Amino acid sequence: MSYIGRSVRRLEDPPLLTGKAQFVADLVFPGEVAMRVVRSQVASGRILGLELEQARQLPGVAAVWSANDVDLPPIGFRMSDVGGLERYRQPVLATGYVRYVGEPVAVVLAENAYLAEDAADLVWVEIEELEPALDATRPGTFLPGLSAEAALIEKGYGDIGAAMARSQHVIELELAVGRHTGVPLETRGAIGVWDGDILRMYGAAKVPHYNRLAIAGMLGLAPEKVHLHESHVGGGFGIRGELYPEDVLVCAAARRLGRPVRWIEDRREHLTAANHSRDQVHRVKVGFDDQGFILVIDDEFWQDQGAYVRTHAATVSDLTAAMLPGPYLIPAYRARGHIVLTNKTPAGTYRSPGRYEGTFVRERIIDGVAARLGLDPTEVRRVNLIPEDRIPFQRGVDALGTEVTYDSGRYHDLLDRVLRHLDYPTLRRDLEGRRAAGEMVGFGLAYFVEKSGLGPFDEVRVEVDTEGRVEVITGAASLGQGVETSIAQICAEELGVAIESVRVTHGQTDRIGRGMGAFATRVTVMTGSATAMAAASVRNKALRIAADLLEASPADLRMEDGRVFVEGSREGPSLTLADLAMAVAPGSAGVERHGPGLVATEEFLADHMTYPYGIHAAVVVVDPATAGCKVLRYLVGYDVGRAVNPMLVEGQLVGGVAQGIGGALLEEFHYDEAGQPLSASFMDYLLPTAAEIPAVELVLREDAPSPLNPLGVKGAGEGGINAAGAAIAAAVDDALGLPMAVARLPISPERLHQLLNS
Amino acid sequence: MKLNVNGVDYSVEVEPRKTLADTLREDCGLTGTHLGCEHGVCGACTIVMDGSPVRSCLLFAVQCEGAAIETVEGLARGGELHPLQQAFWDHHGLQCGFCTPGFLMLAKGALAENPDLTGDALREVLSSNLCRCTGYQNIVRAVEDAAARMRS
Repeated sequence: MSYIGRSVRRLEDPPLLTGKAQFVADLVFPGEVAMRVVRSQVASGRILGLELEQARQLPGVAAVWSANDVDLPPIGFRMSDVGGLERYRQPVLATGYVRYVGEPVAVVLAENAYLAEDAADLVWVEIEELEPALDATRPGTFLPGLSAEAALIEKGYGDIGAAMARSQHVIELELAVGRHTGVPLETRGAIGVWDGDILRMYGAAKVPHYNRLAIAGMLGLAPEKVHLHESHVGGGFGIRGELYPEDVLVCAAARRLGRPVRWIEDRREHLTAANHSRDQVHRVKVGFDDQGFILVIDDEFWQDQGAYVRTHAATVSDLTAAMLPGPYLIPAYRARGHIVLTNKTPAGTYRSPGRYEGTFVRERIIDGVAARLGLDPTEVRRVNLIPEDRIPFQRGVDALGTEVTYDSGRYHDLLDRVLRHLDYPTLRRDLEGRRAAGEMVGFGLAYFVEKSGLGPFDEVRVEVDTEGRVEVITGAASLGQGVETSIAQICAEELGVAIESVRVTHGQTDRIGRGMGAFATRVTVMTGSATAMAAASVRNKALRIAADLLEASPADLRMEDGRVFVEGSREGPSLTLADLAMAVAPGSAGVERHGPGLVATEEFLADHMTYPYGIHAAVVVVDPATAGCKVLRYLVGYDVGRAVNPMLVEGQLVGGVAQGIGGALLEEFHYDEAGQPLSASFMDYLLPTAAEIPAVELVLREDAPSPLNPLGVKGAGEGGINAAGAAIAAAVDDALGLPMAVARLPISPERLHQLLNS
Repeated sequence: MKLNVNGVDYSVEVEPRKTLADTLREDCGLTGTHLGCEHGVCGACTIVMDGSPVRSCLLFAVQCEGAAIETVEGLARGGELHPLQQAFWDHHGLQCGFCTPGFLMLAKGALAENPDLTGDALREVLSSNLCRCTGYQNIVRAVEDAAARMRS
């Protein structure tokens, strides 16, 4: 039976539906203590003293520690270390200075979470307040003699000056995207357990193998003595699973106290302590000709990094600069990105990092060109799109250390399909009619290229036990995206077994020695390809064993539904996978000839990413009375190369759209002039609900499979969010009848009110 | 005190300040009820109390003596999923699944009050809870489908 391409129901779901699934907060260890983090309530200041004794005296408190009581190095960089960033790393507990509201200053360990919170209230931190830095476009100093601009990221190609001089038209724009983040519904959590020899951390996510090495290094343990364990994970979106101070603290405390240490974040902590993202200001100059063909983009941007450079180092700015040109030719391009420290929560990646922002900028540029020339914005896109005969297309820049080459794509074709699906001329006419009748409705469209399948490797082991059950073991991670199902589908298809017999084990460092985890939309491409290879190896081994037992040539054998038989004689003698596993089980005769176990390990290597692409289109209505904006219709056209499970791809896209609409209309972290966060609850940081998200229409295509992997797949994780800000901005412009009115996301009622009254 | 959860009496000893959600999770061992915000917005902790969906993070356990409490663990009968659970599975109404128990209990309580809930009115009710993964589309579909199955 064929599994790839089928919308099979998820293997993950039964425990999640019945309340049996175990998230980190559901785990209980005998003798555990609860950790509470005492956090800075001041955005910027010098620590003059800490008073911990009163908290230590409270009955039920096991320990209270500040930076003076722990000897741990700052948290290092997992990716994109461009050099010179070391002094901006975050200490595990504040040392000398506090730099944002929410920064860990001390920890309390007590018999339960209620007591730990009581004791945390008794910790007194004396701070000399300093003027907070809150504007990334005006970098100050981080420390005396050290600029708050941590790095300048520069990318580009072509002669900017000459192209600008050749351009018949030049426009300059200032565009900004507010401060958003992933906000998974499950807050973070970590439990450290030390048995005197092995340290285990439960609550791992995203990158367990990397974090194992990092924690081992920070605690001075051999990596083999540290294991990380992923349980069910309540969403990630880039921010969860990175190494944070709290992860290191539960491990250090477990080792020191000899008791399991449990930390479960509350939502207020989450909104001030887990990574923020976005928050960029772009100043861009664009040269183009009378047809709307863009000759040059020259962009300078400022990334508000918050108080420290965390594990992602320069990742977001790197991706912003690398991916901004998108699906267009753009013969000359330059980006200069300033990574600037401020006194806000530190920033990292959030789903489609750098692309949500860069697509907003690029598609605003296209809309600006169209407005200047009086052309239809979809026509300006068509004029600039990279034609099919230029693909594979070398972008001329690198991203995450890999050369950007668009591996496959039919960009014009997808635009045609989307406009046909929308019946574009009719839609335009309808909206004009409604506007003439006084309704403020508008249409916007945005095009984007995504990236997926970041290497350099992924390794998978496939094992068949003597009852014929198959286990796929991978160092990938699952944050809720359906990894178990899609990987099981690939394995079942390649191996020729029923999906029900396949189990996928992920995120356990004691089951496989290495793994890259789940980020950058990499799992289906990288882990999926390694799974296909390992399953094929197991199948080949099974056929070799069967050939011996059936006295046939492997080439004449066929495996189907977990049985091997001679091709053409399905009714004849056959062997099950269980029989074949038994034949090479320890002590069996087949071991000598075939080696022990019906098992294979394979790695898939990739030095280039693969590039899916898509289009978002939105119809919105603005209510001038409330300055509210409602999305009436939303469409995503997306080429995923090949869909392993179309239902899951659609789920990824629709879920991404909701987050994208949130970022376009609702979500933003605000600070007052003292650096106090004003969006530290769900009353103030507004996630979209079912009332704000329309039914999303999808044009899911498989027209341009990737030539870079055996399955032809590309990723789907970030295509749903990428262009949402850009499409809605264009639609709001159209509704207002004010070209290029929207220069900043989110388009909050306050900003919309200003535009309506401008 | 005694708590009646899914028809079973639990004897628990709790501080007056302990929330119902924490008590269900820690003292009754029913960890299917999740905590997403602890300030009554996200609805991950939604349970059904005396027939109505409520936020268990906004109640103290001591307020709930004598009430009939239903949690996600009580939905399936034996090995058979409740129509809402089945429909969430069939329609891919969950991804990470963290918000799912809350949505199931919200829908159960809402459909008990109005079995014909559909369209905009249903979306309005479902907007009580937050989901960060699905974009809600499949949750709405699942509840509509389950409601139809439950009516017939």
